[in-house]
Amino acid sequence: MVWNRKIAHINLTSGKVQTKKISKSLRKQFLGGRGLNMYYLYQYIKPGIDPLGPENALFIGTGILTGIPALGAGRCDIAAKSPLTGAVGDSNIGGFFAPELRFAGFDHLMVTGKAEKPSYIWIHDGEVTIQDATHLWGKDTFETQDQIRSDHNDEQIKSLVIGKAGENLVRYANVRTGMKNAAGRTGMGCVMGSKNLKAIATRGTLDVEFAYPDKLLDYCSEMNNQITGSRWASAQSKWGTLIIYSNTNTTGLIRTRNFQLNLLEDGENLEPEVMDEYTIGMSGCYGCSVHCRHRYVLKDGPYAPLFGEGPEYTSLGAFGTMVGCKKMETVLVGNHLVNKYGIDTLEVGGIIAWVMELNEKGLLSEKLTDGLNLEWGNEEAVFELIKRISKREGDLGNILADGFLPAIAKIGKESEYYAMQIKGMSNLHSDERPTPSLALGIATSTRGAEHLRSRPAIDLYGLPEELLEEIYGAPMSSDYTSYEGKSRMVWWQELLYAVTDSIGICKFQTVFCAVHAPKFEEFSKLIEYTSALKISKPELMEIGERIITTERMFNNREGFSRKDDKLPERFFKEPTTLGLPIIKGKKIEKGRFNTMIDEYYSLHGWDNNGVPSEETLKRLGLENKYSMNS
Amino acid sequence: MQKFLFINPEKCSGCRICETVCSLHHEKVCNPTYARIQVIKWESSGLYIPMVCQQCEDPICETVCPMGAVFKDENTGAILIDYDLCVGCKLCVTHCPFGGVVIGKDGKIKKCDLCDGDPLCVKNCEPKALQYIEGTTINFHKRKAAAQRFSELMQKLLAAT
Repeated sequence: MVWNRKIAHINLTSGKVQTKKISKSLRKQFLGGRGLNMYYLYQYIKPGIDPLGPENALFIGTGILTGIPALGAGRCDIAAKSPLTGAVGDSNIGGFFAPELRFAGFDHLMVTGKAEKPSYIWIHDGEVTIQDATHLWGKDTFETQDQIRSDHNDEQIKSLVIGKAGENLVRYANVRTGMKNAAGRTGMGCVMGSKNLKAIATRGTLDVEFAYPDKLLDYCSEMNNQITGSRWASAQSKWGTLIIYSNTNTTGLIRTRNFQLNLLEDGENLEPEVMDEYTIGMSGCYGCSVHCRHRYVLKDGPYAPLFGEGPEYTSLGAFGTMVGCKKMETVLVGNHLVNKYGIDTLEVGGIIAWVMELNEKGLLSEKLTDGLNLEWGNEEAVFELIKRISKREGDLGNILADGFLPAIAKIGKESEYYAMQIKGMSNLHSDERPTPSLALGIATSTRGAEHLRSRPAIDLYGLPEELLEEIYGAPMSSDYTSYEGKSRMVWWQELLYAVTDSIGICKFQTVFCAVHAPKFEEFSKLIEYTSALKISKPELMEIGERIITTERMFNNREGFSRKDDKLPERFFKEPTTLGLPIIKGKKIEKGRFNTMIDEYYSLHGWDNNGVPSEETLKRLGLENKYSMNS
Repeated sequence: MQKFLFINPEKCSGCRICETVCSLHHEKVCNPTYARIQVIKWESSGLYIPMVCQQCEDPICETVCPMGAVFKDENTGAILIDYDLCVGCKLCVTHCPFGGVVIGKDGKIKKCDLCDGDPLCVKNCEPKALQYIEGTTINFHKRKAAAQRFSELMQKLLAAT
């Protein structure tokens, strides 16, 4: 049964593998995926360890719903202590790996220690072995996956792999699968590299048994219809997340030239329709009826011929608006390079945009530019920096490969003001100055500046207040520039996404972008039909709280507190200069922002410093765990 | 008018929902290995082609079956197996050029039965890469798509002159 499946403990130092069952009581507390990963992270990782040392552990988790034919249920959660931030490292990846791991008999993996030589983990129908990866070391993420398939003579193998960036311990190296899927954030590929772990490959032909297959089947069809019936999904099906650009670059919610303007002028060539010229069709992850990825072909230019998937809105910012490039082809090439080298698109784009602004402001010595022309819009410098950072080539590439905080220390204190980062991690190219709810989310996220932790994207729709109250359970303003009630909105979305990441479905198929998309009530039914566990909406929300509070406890133990739940100073000092009348001239007001943080902590049952109270720990059943390892 | 399971690979997004619903419906478990339909992928060039029994007019599986266990359901057009007659020799598996007959976990042969005339893979295929439609309609769709390309070409030519 789905709740009674296995975790493999894999020690790369000793080469030992132990298989254990995951208990029902743990399932009821943390579900699976991110939830269980956070439990393991807190339990197994000793405070203050070096994230790149053998004592860090890497956790891979499928969700409790992984494998169902709906809602993009192919997602996998990867966690460790982050080498980028020192806080919770956690990243979610789509594609086809997670279901394959389940078909191979495992729901979770815990990888500890460090292999003596390049290795990969091979998981096949209940068997786990550690294999030599010397011949894979140095290969890019595409070649690595191909080689593993060819070595085992099985084209249906699915692998999580690292590229050059992971091998070279770039602190924001990602983990990749397929042509484009990436566990992008917090440097999980760097942790793999530090363990000499090139890949985790799996192939399975075993059953995943669901409690009520017929009911589940009917309900999955209903879910898919519910999703594809929305205007949002039909837009995504055609243009992917690039459609967001059409909105943000009209309203003024997009950052360009690092953080100087909030609209890209003459940015028509980045409109999603431009992709029609390159697209041969769309592509979906496992169990997804939205299929938001482009399959694109680049026929001309120095990088042609090239086939790729994506790009996401994120890459459009990374290699478009943030660095002042205005051509879709630049984005497509940039997207291809980061996928090939296995480096986080958002982080690398954010850090390149930062050095471009430092260059403009005269804060980067000529020696440090390493002969690169770092003027806005110079795509060759962008491509060159992606390569140099991934390979740690030259002074600049090597400095930037360590991420914002070490780079600030090396380049100079004045450079900090221009770094659009929180807890050492780059923010998306969204401009949150006019939107307090979105700003609160990135400031309080447990893994650094991050939109996928709690973003209430539907706040931007100006929905009727009665509807907002119905969803969020308390009155709040429908004006997205208001601070009223927005802390609750962020808190609620944060719980929803924690549960989403733990059941293993795609966030885009929840109340992220569409109001009537699935939320707790639907999750509850799906959990029952798959596992026979009856978990009500309030119980699910409590599980969400338990997960977030566990993450908070991990971060507290590493020295993080309220002082780290902040925004870059520019959010308070520089008002937006462009956009709709409601957006132009906006900045975040510090006093009101602090009140929102107070309210947000109080909703979670944390004290004024962002530390969970005794009552909260007791209520969530975490009181004994709080003292463990500390 | 007889309906057909019509596959249009150009529309397939590769999500494999068809495989999963097939296995859940027929095997009552989630396991694409034993699904009767499979999306074959060329990942690095972005080609996805769903493969399933073609319900042939002159089925090779029927020809090679020594027991006469293969028959056609006149209502749905599905080629089915009479398990009372089938001895499990698997000649049908060997000879089908499409890989349309699979060996189940119990060792018995399995094939697409069009879900008694309401194929679940079709019902759940959002991009409509799988359709269960009348033969004449298939032709109309194909002609329309070709005509569309033709009209675009003509408009370009007209604009050029």
